[in-house]
Amino acid sequence: MKLALFAAASALALSLGSARAETEVVFNFPVAVGGPVTEIIDGYAKAFMAENPGIKVTPVYTGSYQDTIARTLTQIRGNDSPAMAVLLSVDTFTLYDEDVIVALDDLATTDEEKAFLTDFYPAFLANGQVGGKVWSLPFQRSTPVLYWNKAAFAEAGLDPETPPATWEEQVEFAKKLVKKDASGAVTRWGLRIPTSGFPYWLFQGLTTANGVELMNADGNKTNFDDPAVVEALEYLVSLSKEHGVMQEGIIEWGATPQAFFEGESAMMWTTTGNLTNVRNNAPFDFGVAMLPAQKRRGAPTGGGNIFIFNAVDEATQKAAFEFAKFLTSPEMAADWSIKTGYVAVSPAAWETDAMKAYAADFPPATVARDQLEFAVAELSTHENQRVTRVLNDALQAALLGQKEPAAALAEAQAEADRILAAYR
Amino acid sequence: MKRRALIPYLLLAPGFVLLAAFTHWPTILSFWSSLFTTARGRRPSVFVGGENYAAALSDPIVLKVLWNSALYAAVTIPASIALAFVMALWVNDRLPGRGFARLAYFTPTILPMVAAANIWLFFYTPGFGLLDQVLGLFGIPSTNWLGSDQSALWAVMVVAVWKEAGFFMIFYLAAFQAVPPSLGEAARLEGCGRWGYVRRVLIPLVAPTTLFIAVNALINAFRVVDHIFILTGGGPNNATNLLLFHIYETGFKFWDTAGAATLTMILLAILGALAAVQFFLLERRTHYR
Repeated sequence: MKLALFAAASALALSLGSARAETEVVFNFPVAVGGPVTEIIDGYAKAFMAENPGIKVTPVYTGSYQDTIARTLTQIRGNDSPAMAVLLSVDTFTLYDEDVIVALDDLATTDEEKAFLTDFYPAFLANGQVGGKVWSLPFQRSTPVLYWNKAAFAEAGLDPETPPATWEEQVEFAKKLVKKDASGAVTRWGLRIPTSGFPYWLFQGLTTANGVELMNADGNKTNFDDPAVVEALEYLVSLSKEHGVMQEGIIEWGATPQAFFEGESAMMWTTTGNLTNVRNNAPFDFGVAMLPAQKRRGAPTGGGNIFIFNAVDEATQKAAFEFAKFLTSPEMAADWSIKTGYVAVSPAAWETDAMKAYAADFPPATVARDQLEFAVAELSTHENQRVTRVLNDALQAALLGQKEPAAALAEAQAEADRILAAYR
Repeated sequence: MKRRALIPYLLLAPGFVLLAAFTHWPTILSFWSSLFTTARGRRPSVFVGGENYAAALSDPIVLKVLWNSALYAAVTIPASIALAFVMALWVNDRLPGRGFARLAYFTPTILPMVAAANIWLFFYTPGFGLLDQVLGLFGIPSTNWLGSDQSALWAVMVVAVWKEAGFFMIFYLAAFQAVPPSLGEAARLEGCGRWGYVRRVLIPLVAPTTLFIAVNALINAFRVVDHIFILTGGGPNNATNLLLFHIYETGFKFWDTAGAATLTMILLAILGALAAVQFFLLERRTHYR
């Protein structure tokens, strides 16, 4: 009996020993289990392992971004850290403050690797940088764009091929697009800018165009009470209160594409992530344009970056870095963009044959790329979710008419100053 | 003899270990961490005593959240109990298709809250949502139910009552069937009307069930916030932010574990006080057979 136990134990030890010979990279990925995206990621992992026999990549599908960061930080606190994860790029400061991530500059040893770290669009890289170092690589990134219903444009006597280029035109077009029934009730709104959940993101499409950034690069100072930010909020509020071209109150994100398909709104602002959805489901011709300009053109970026954690040993960090480089290489970035609709993250990806063919076949996909030239980092600070929450509440208070835009933003700035004082 | 004395404790041990490991110990830990600041990787936590409590109770969002939770409980608990009672009365009678009616009333209970909330999200969508389409037939203009601070909390309460009432109905139904029919016959002979029977016979007889349901409803009013995640995310501007939802956000979005522990202790204190009131005051007035 004892002998049998001993034999079993040594067999177990042997099998563990042989498993250790290859480095295992656990990869938390923010998508629900079982969807088509899991197949794509599994495929990438297989392709990578075929090229790198010493490394075993284990993707773990962990639900939403919020579920994924909650799970990842809990794992790290429980000494069961994954090697890498895709998390919101704006959580870089949070993860940096928690002291759980590795600076990728420290993992890049060759000149080639160091150059690779800066190969991405600057607007995408910005959110991953703290203190002059790169802490995460852009992976599944997006930017908001304007979608318009060409049939509705024609019906309203507008040129179906010309989207609004400025704030003023946007209001003017939207007014023509509003349709009312006999009783005066609106049956079609001119414009839909969703404001539920995280209104700050699309709001950045207004503030950037109005020539102002919401925060500094160090992530310890916000500019919520800047007069240009107040102007942007006044414009947003005026769309429903003054011009009557947008539904009053808070507008739901999730229902936005459906509202566009149903003709409830003739134009919508939403993420490029909806491109494939709209392409498949809009029962009319639609166009995709950059967000309209005011003082300049402008939009935020959004989406997820790849992070590597410092709780795993150095060999595993290196292996994870290899896989991160593989995932963000031009060929893979192009493939990922074509399969999912996210914006390919590097100029080199757009130079690949696959991407060129895709862009020629579906020109709206290039709008997002062209907008990147004008795009800025998404709002991100220390204690990011708390600070953005402060701004979200202020925006909603103004949209609901509870507070004047200037007062709401002044209060938000005071609260953000209080939170960020510790980081200056 | 000594051995014998030990046996009851041994039998109680599994239950006690579970309670201690998953209820008492976490409670003590929460209280302990509510006395410190949140440790950030680059900054250690410091003892601050009651400062977290002072900060929480002077935070306008926390006050708003407490008010929302109180209103939510004050409306959903009586509403779901009353609705459950009426539904149970209805399906207790010998009406045709009784089984079907019972099933229909019970269906919301079986649905997962997240799925139910997604259905309601469609009901509430302004313009092309079900509610607006039906109201539109009567010429009522489109309403942004979840997007207005006036209506959002009420809209969320409706979902909660709809979800809870069917579950409580089952308990009332069981209680009604335990009431001897002779009491109803006697009441009728005495010339007591239907309403009189319900008020003077049925309600007092099922009082223990009502107490049981009330305790459950109270717990659920503070515990079930799944629909908030789907319907409003606590918005617009905290109009539907409830205490447990705020604790989740503080703990797992803001990563302020000390703040979340503080709010958890406040929640525990409120629930403890309410449970004490229910058991010590109401129990005396409840008639057990």
